[in-house]
Amino acid sequence: MESTSATRLGAFRRELPAKPGPAGLAAVYRKEIADHYTGLRFLIMAGLVILSGVAAAYVAGQTLSDTLASAGEYDPFVFLRLYSTGSQSLPPFTFFVAVLGPLLGIALGFDAINGERNRGTLSRLVSQPIHRDAIINGKFLAGLAVIATMIAALVLLVGGMGLEIIGVAPTLEEFLRLAAFVGLSIVYVAFWLSLAILCSTLLRQTVASALAALALWLFFSIFAGLLFGLVADAVAPIVDPLDPVQVLRHTAWLNNLNRLSPTLLYEEAVQTLLNPQVRTLGPLLLEQVVGAVPGAPLPLGQSLLLIWPHVTALLALTAVCFAGAYIAFMRQEIRAW
Amino acid sequence: MVAMANEAPAVEAGGGPESGLASAVIETTGLCKRYGEHWAVRDLNLTIREGEVFGLLGPNGAGKTTTILMLLGLTEPTSGSARVLGHNPFREPLPVKAAVGYLPENVGFYDDMTGRDNLLYTARLNGLTETDARARIDALLEAVGLAGAADRPVRVYSRGMRQRLGLADVLVKSPRVVILDEPTLGIDPAGTREILSLISRLAREERVTILISSHLLHQVQQICHRVGIFVRGKLIAHGSVDELSQQLAGGAPLVVDVEVGEAGSRARELLERLDGVTAVDGDPQAGRLSVRCARDVRADIARTLVGHGLPLLGLHVHTYGLDDIYHTYFEGGSADGEHVRDAARRLPA
Repeated sequence: MESTSATRLGAFRRELPAKPGPAGLAAVYRKEIADHYTGLRFLIMAGLVILSGVAAAYVAGQTLSDTLASAGEYDPFVFLRLYSTGSQSLPPFTFFVAVLGPLLGIALGFDAINGERNRGTLSRLVSQPIHRDAIINGKFLAGLAVIATMIAALVLLVGGMGLEIIGVAPTLEEFLRLAAFVGLSIVYVAFWLSLAILCSTLLRQTVASALAALALWLFFSIFAGLLFGLVADAVAPIVDPLDPVQVLRHTAWLNNLNRLSPTLLYEEAVQTLLNPQVRTLGPLLLEQVVGAVPGAPLPLGQSLLLIWPHVTALLALTAVCFAGAYIAFMRQEIRAW
Repeated sequence: MVAMANEAPAVEAGGGPESGLASAVIETTGLCKRYGEHWAVRDLNLTIREGEVFGLLGPNGAGKTTTILMLLGLTEPTSGSARVLGHNPFREPLPVKAAVGYLPENVGFYDDMTGRDNLLYTARLNGLTETDARARIDALLEAVGLAGAADRPVRVYSRGMRQRLGLADVLVKSPRVVILDEPTLGIDPAGTREILSLISRLAREERVTILISSHLLHQVQQICHRVGIFVRGKLIAHGSVDELSQQLAGGAPLVVDVEVGEAGSRARELLERLDGVTAVDGDPQAGRLSVRCARDVRADIARTLVGHGLPLLGLHVHTYGLDDIYHTYFEGGSADGEHVRDAARRLPA
């Protein structure tokens, strides 16, 4: 027994690995993807998002086909309504993506770094011949890939179901708008992923980083809107509701404050994308609508132009969070906190 | 090809430190690391040669792990330099990490993955091809005695099994140097024996240079060619265990242990008056005395005691071993602490 294993141990001499370095990122990425797909956490979150999204779209589809049948009214963007209409019983599909998407991002990232540290695997990882940033990059990219797959699959799934229920095929423009919606949602969830990774880099306990990320999510999805409303009321109060200057000032303040919140940015952008009738995101005076054809849709290019600042802001927020996590991770001592 | 080139000097060295031909694998010069006001490592000069098993011994917090992290390029030295296989680990970490296997203290694994999958991940990180990796991992799991448990999740492994998996993990990359941080911590005696024998087999068969850090002197000294005693950031002595004991004994003042049964206090009075004796302590009630003397006065002691009709049950020269250094520095000192410190100071560090 001893002798056989002894020969085995000696049987492998050092044939030095040929290519250290670039193998690292791919290896980390592969492992993280596998972890996500087999992990209970992803299954729960994905199940929740899919279930609620499909339920919302199903209800919307039923309502739509009823109204289509009764009114017989032509709506060029009926397929998009599948995603953006709610009913009394359920909010629209987009609401669920906006609310649960961040949770998915947080679930994929909150223990990225501190989890490795607490398990004692980080010191083993950093002593392998890979660049240190391969670890955090691989984790981010794996999370991003999972998010992208998941959102694209969900939107397609709902689309297929919609075809079945309302029996109207999407036009090219609708399809492109949906594609843009998928892209936007990926960026939005990626923001929460990078925020969660940042928390996992800065905070020692996985519980603490999960809670910190969740607190921010809760703040932006519920309290930020209320708080900004209060601030706008205080800074630019509407004393006389008939004074257009006061009303305009108040609206401008409220809009600009709201755009500090990634959640509200995302919601505004989604509205513009999925409702081509949305022509502007600011207040509109009566004089400005003179001559406009009521209800005429905006072409896709114009809608995109309208939300371009939103997309840029979301990308920038993602980049800032990830850069923070990256720098913190590269500078951290491996042993102690 | 690479293997052949690496083996040649190791064979000449015969695996032992005695041969001066082996090249230095790890070399530090004036290596220092300071955290704020605290010096974790101070002026460390250390040379470890190819094929050597070197034990870095010291109490917790002596700076062992910090030294290791500097050797791996995971921490930047405050001053001084370290070379591992001719590379500066902080400036060129990749070639160092490709050739150095590191088993951290409290090694961790991905609990939900099997032992085999954990090793496969390490192999991929090291750029091994899938087939090479699988063959090598099979062999390693066999060698560390985990072949049967390879496909169970690490979650169910015992501490000893994890540690053995850690050893296999370190070997996946076919390292030339292996650094083990407290490899026997928290493992029962049987497990410890297994791990130590694995390590010394590794040194013998693979001709790997091994650096072991530990605070468990007794366990580690048996498999080390040389040891270094590391206390409060400073390397106070190094050499083979025998060398250290001899030098220590040679430098210390002579102490004769005398056993006199029930006549403790009477014997003490007599011996204190004896010419050449500087002090007598020990435990007179229990009949055990330690006589410090300027020269070897054993014959005089015997004659005096027997002449006065006292029972002389035992008489021998007390030698200082590594144990004494160990107790003095690691466990807060003893009555003889000062002696040992004196003696240790005289050691060629």
